[in-house]
Amino acid sequence: MFYRESGDFSETYPADSQTFPIKFDRYRYYAVLVVAFLIIPFIINDYWANAILVPFLIYAIAAIGLNILVGYCGQVSLGTGGFMAVGAYACYKLMTSFPDVSIIFHILISGGITAAVVALFGLPSLRIKGFYLAVATLAAQFFLVWLFNRVAWFYNYSASGQINAPDRTVFGHLVTGPNTDAWAKYMICLVFLTFAGIVARNLTRGSLGRKWSAIRDMDIAAEIIGVNPLSAKLSAFAISGFFIGISGALFFSVYLGAVEVGEAFGIQKSFLVLFMIIIGGLGSIFGSFAGAAFMVLLPVLLKNVLVGGLGWDTALAAHLEFIIVGALIIVFLIAEPHGLAQLWRVAKEKLRLWPFPH
Amino acid sequence: MFDQSESFVTEDGRTIGGVMMEMKNITLRFGGVVAIKDISFDVREGEIRAIIGPNGAGKSSMLNVISGFYHPQDGEVWYKGGKRPPMKPFEVARQGIARTFQNIALFEGMTVLDNVMTGRLNHMKAGILSQAFWYGKAQREETENREIVERVIDFLEIQNIRKTPVGRLPYGLKKRVELARALAADPKLLLLDEPMAGMNVEEKEDMSRFILDVNDEFGTTIVLIEHDMSVVMDISDRVVVMDYGKKIGDGTPKDVRSNQAVIDAYLGVAHD
Repeated sequence: MFYRESGDFSETYPADSQTFPIKFDRYRYYAVLVVAFLIIPFIINDYWANAILVPFLIYAIAAIGLNILVGYCGQVSLGTGGFMAVGAYACYKLMTSFPDVSIIFHILISGGITAAVVALFGLPSLRIKGFYLAVATLAAQFFLVWLFNRVAWFYNYSASGQINAPDRTVFGHLVTGPNTDAWAKYMICLVFLTFAGIVARNLTRGSLGRKWSAIRDMDIAAEIIGVNPLSAKLSAFAISGFFIGISGALFFSVYLGAVEVGEAFGIQKSFLVLFMIIIGGLGSIFGSFAGAAFMVLLPVLLKNVLVGGLGWDTALAAHLEFIIVGALIIVFLIAEPHGLAQLWRVAKEKLRLWPFPH
Repeated sequence: MFDQSESFVTEDGRTIGGVMMEMKNITLRFGGVVAIKDISFDVREGEIRAIIGPNGAGKSSMLNVISGFYHPQDGEVWYKGGKRPPMKPFEVARQGIARTFQNIALFEGMTVLDNVMTGRLNHMKAGILSQAFWYGKAQREETENREIVERVIDFLEIQNIRKTPVGRLPYGLKKRVELARALAADPKLLLLDEPMAGMNVEEKEDMSRFILDVNDEFGTTIVLIEHDMSVVMDISDRVVVMDYGKKIGDGTPKDVRSNQAVIDAYLGVAHD
């Protein structure tokens, strides 16, 4: 009843091309921002931060990054884990080399370094496409993990081979290290996610986003209207890398605190983020959020139901969880190959006509 | 730039200028197959130039040479009074040459509006930071180009499908959207590869009208490939006829129609 676009006319082109052209959507967006920034920080506790919200926020950044590359520009990548590791190790080196600089800058610069590395690994995309490109990025994944394991300079020659995030503050509040408050972890991730979401949305609706989509949909036609495939593809790799690097830096410094590269940034991570964008919806910023939420929440939910609700053995539940998550992904892909974002769009279409669908 | 002294006015009152593009002795081979054999012709500014010929005559290959997909082994392409070095398709596009394809090459995942907006990409120069924060130049540029695109959309009468994803449109409309995308680039030279293939009479009439209007209102030079003889004879100023990669006729529709080699190529000839 309340979801209507009638009477909601755009009178200028900027008004027509804004992110939420329908008033109801716009107000809901503001409401979500208010809840996220002004309410959740005051009620959050350690369990919610560590089990659900912080991983969700960080994975959502990674999913946005990967979605730019895969969903918008159509270049398949299986190197997300390795690229997140680049962000994490760049952040670690920066934190330990320049302890006086704010961690905000460290995280942003880590994103920049990752962007350069990802663009480098994106060079083969000019010659190879599809599965072959996926294999090339897979090679990047294994190479990067190997590199961070082997070259002791990256982990400052520590005996364990791990990297540990030193304590850092933003505006006098601790954001990294074991004594960080839940709300501080949450807030720093939320600020970066909001930044990533807005920037990604703006880039994808502008001329750069059109170049990417043109390359994705038909590269020959893109070239004929004047898109340089080299710059379009490499910019997608670089910007995707920027966001993935930021998420890797946050994952290490804020969320885990201590990282062993093979464990934290292995091939599973690449697939996890890829599942997120496939389930969420390729080529949709909202889909990145939805996919990240789905993949973070589902295991938590299953665990609560199986162990908490039905009282099963933890080990049994853990194994069943793999099976159920896997099966759900398959069912989901068959039922709705365009992901949660498409379900959301269909629901909105239906709502517009409700309660008189004919 | 190029010689304007030869310009003249046609019967229907359009001004045809000097030579805008000249193909000189183009030869294109794929391995042992000779697709185009030593063909020369010119295109004058403001005219509608048709290329016709039976299937496999090399017409599309010729268009691909002009738009930079193929690079001929021999011959030169002269554009706006200068010899053109071998170029990539996107560089050709930046010189003001736009085209449509025989089998529609639209971006299926994007809306009609976004598809036509891609035609303006060469005119959009906002930096990445401006785009990322949607501030200043990016926003201004988006609005300016949107206005131009809306004029093209009005012109081709596709206002009502503006926000529809292209994948959902019927064939005839897709052809029109593709023309809109090419027009949005504000081209000096427009290449149309079978713009009327697979259309019914009514759609063909619409499309012919659009082509004539584009030429008339924007002064765009048009090179088109078409199989429908009545359309070609009606709308084009001059016609090149190709057969088996060779040029067998060149001139006004009237000349071409009475050319014996052309009649033989189309109607067949008795081998005795």
